[in-house]
Amino acid sequence: MKMENLFGLAAEFESHVDLLRAAEKAHAQGYRKMDAYAPFPVDGLAEALGKHNRVPLMVLLGGIIGGAGAYYMQWYANLVSYPINIGGRPMHSWPAFIPITFELTVLCAALTAFFGSLATSGLPKPYHPMFNLRQFERASQDRFFLCIEARDAAFDSSRTHEFLQTLAPLQIAEVPK
Amino acid sequence: MNSPNGSPITDHRSPPLSPLGYPTNLLAGEQTFESVNETIGSIVLQDRQPPPWWIGFAIAFVLLMILLFAVSWLLVRGVGIWGINIPVAWGFAIVNFVWWIGIAHAGTFISAILLLMFQHWRTAINRFSEAMTLFAIACAGMFPLLHLGRPWVFFWLFPYPDTMKLWPQFRSPLVWDVFAVGTYFTVSLLFWYLGLVPDLATVRDRARKNWQKKFYGVLALGWRNSAAHWQRHQIAYLLLAGLATPLVLSVHSVVSLDFAVAQLPGWHSTIFPPYFVAGAIYSGFAMVLTIVIPVRKIYRLENLITMRHFNNMANVMLVTGLIVAYGYFIEAFMSWYSGDIFDQYMMTNRAFGPYGWIFWALMFFNVLVPQALWSAHIRRNLVALFLVALSINLGMWVERFVIVITSLHRDFVPSSWGMFFPTIWDWATLFGSIGLFLTLLFLFIRFLPMISISESREMVAEPQKAITA
Repeated sequence: MKMENLFGLAAEFESHVDLLRAAEKAHAQGYRKMDAYAPFPVDGLAEALGKHNRVPLMVLLGGIIGGAGAYYMQWYANLVSYPINIGGRPMHSWPAFIPITFELTVLCAALTAFFGSLATSGLPKPYHPMFNLRQFERASQDRFFLCIEARDAAFDSSRTHEFLQTLAPLQIAEVPK
Repeated sequence: MNSPNGSPITDHRSPPLSPLGYPTNLLAGEQTFESVNETIGSIVLQDRQPPPWWIGFAIAFVLLMILLFAVSWLLVRGVGIWGINIPVAWGFAIVNFVWWIGIAHAGTFISAILLLMFQHWRTAINRFSEAMTLFAIACAGMFPLLHLGRPWVFFWLFPYPDTMKLWPQFRSPLVWDVFAVGTYFTVSLLFWYLGLVPDLATVRDRARKNWQKKFYGVLALGWRNSAAHWQRHQIAYLLLAGLATPLVLSVHSVVSLDFAVAQLPGWHSTIFPPYFVAGAIYSGFAMVLTIVIPVRKIYRLENLITMRHFNNMANVMLVTGLIVAYGYFIEAFMSWYSGDIFDQYMMTNRAFGPYGWIFWALMFFNVLVPQALWSAHIRRNLVALFLVALSINLGMWVERFVIVITSLHRDFVPSSWGMFFPTIWDWATLFGSIGLFLTLLFLFIRFLPMISISESREMVAEPQKAITA
């Protein structure tokens, strides 16, 4: 297959332990543009590949914005926009504002967690080159894949193939774009 | 073969019994990736559903039609078709609302709180109970809206820039409820769907028919099981669980404040928030059992939902049931101890007044019958467990009836005393909402994987997790 049509080289493994070991070795070999595929979350796999995760920070910010916004809304409504004096009771009755502040903190943080995790994963994405690999449908069932992508600086179709061979995979396949 | 931390992961069987003599296996028998995929995935992908599915769906659908009829008539004639009056302005609508929202709570408890506490036994039942949560909130949310009288202006409940420049009363628990229930529904939906995405990808990849590939392909959002996907998915799932945990406690607390903030004897009580939350989890577990016991039998899920799950659920019901019983006791004690004649009269009237027989039915269904769960023999007998769960479902509905109706029907002044009698439309809406709930549940069983496939695969790969719980 020509280089420009090649998305990457995928090695197939039988267990998550093999995959994790392969990912560590590939990272040690200097490969960076790669991804591993497993039918369940494998502890430490993303870290072995050097993937960063910004979701927690986003969720924190989402929660802070939601909480501050909710409190501000109630404060603004009761003190600025439409103040009503009922028997001299305090306008800024903060304990009564807490439940809604709490609920909207949770709501905004949860919306950020959901959409943030999808966005940082690049989802929804109907088409991806990996789906061209015939056996890839087993990645969601019982097989484990490591794909080193052609855009990686250290990628060379024959040398990368040799390197993957040393990881003792079940098979190695070319993934077309 | 060794796991990353060096412990052997093959030939590692969990002992069949714990030191206390309870079964500990999370997955019965010899399970493989393929057997788990097949057992759960085939329910969704097969063409034919077992006859009980069709019978159940037909009954649920008829009830749903009754609901649509009752709601249509309500929209035509107004809330006067219900038995509500002055003084009992909160009738079945609020009883049903609190009942459904309580049922919803077990789903979140199972999926979020047990996840945070590393209770891996939740895997077999969490998806199912999350779906139950979602559908129960949908049923619950319907009732206050219908009770509004003019449901089509429901958006007046939200803060939006209206022409009168008015705001909702942010100091009112009823407005807190709008935010609490709205947030609860949204968060439950996101949590449920996020957990479903990897399983939808599995179903997509196993589908052989074109429409199935397209349907599940679209729902799976292009999920590729990549390490990066899993990393973000897992942290988002964990954070959602962390957010849902205080949320679930807040929702029923806010619901209880609808009552407790009022000055009415029988409602004005500080025990309400914790006692409502315990009651919610109690009724929710009962509903999970009511549904899971037949579903497990019909779809032959004995290898995935084991006796250990039933034992644990029965234990949770026993504990929360005792908290609820304590709540009843404290309510009675405090009304006597307060020395307040209105409060004392409320309690006497509740137990021996015109609705007294309902109070004693409550004590029977909700306090007496569940004591059977002390017996390990009963906890392992699915027929008995099913009957106890039904009793609790009924008991918890009766509890809300007692709280709402008996407190309202005797006002402070005897001239404004009254009685509440439900009409046929009250019953039609109650049973209709059960129809809505069951219809959604049957469709869920038919079209979506009802047990988390990816988490079950994780159990197969790392069986040592089964023992830590």
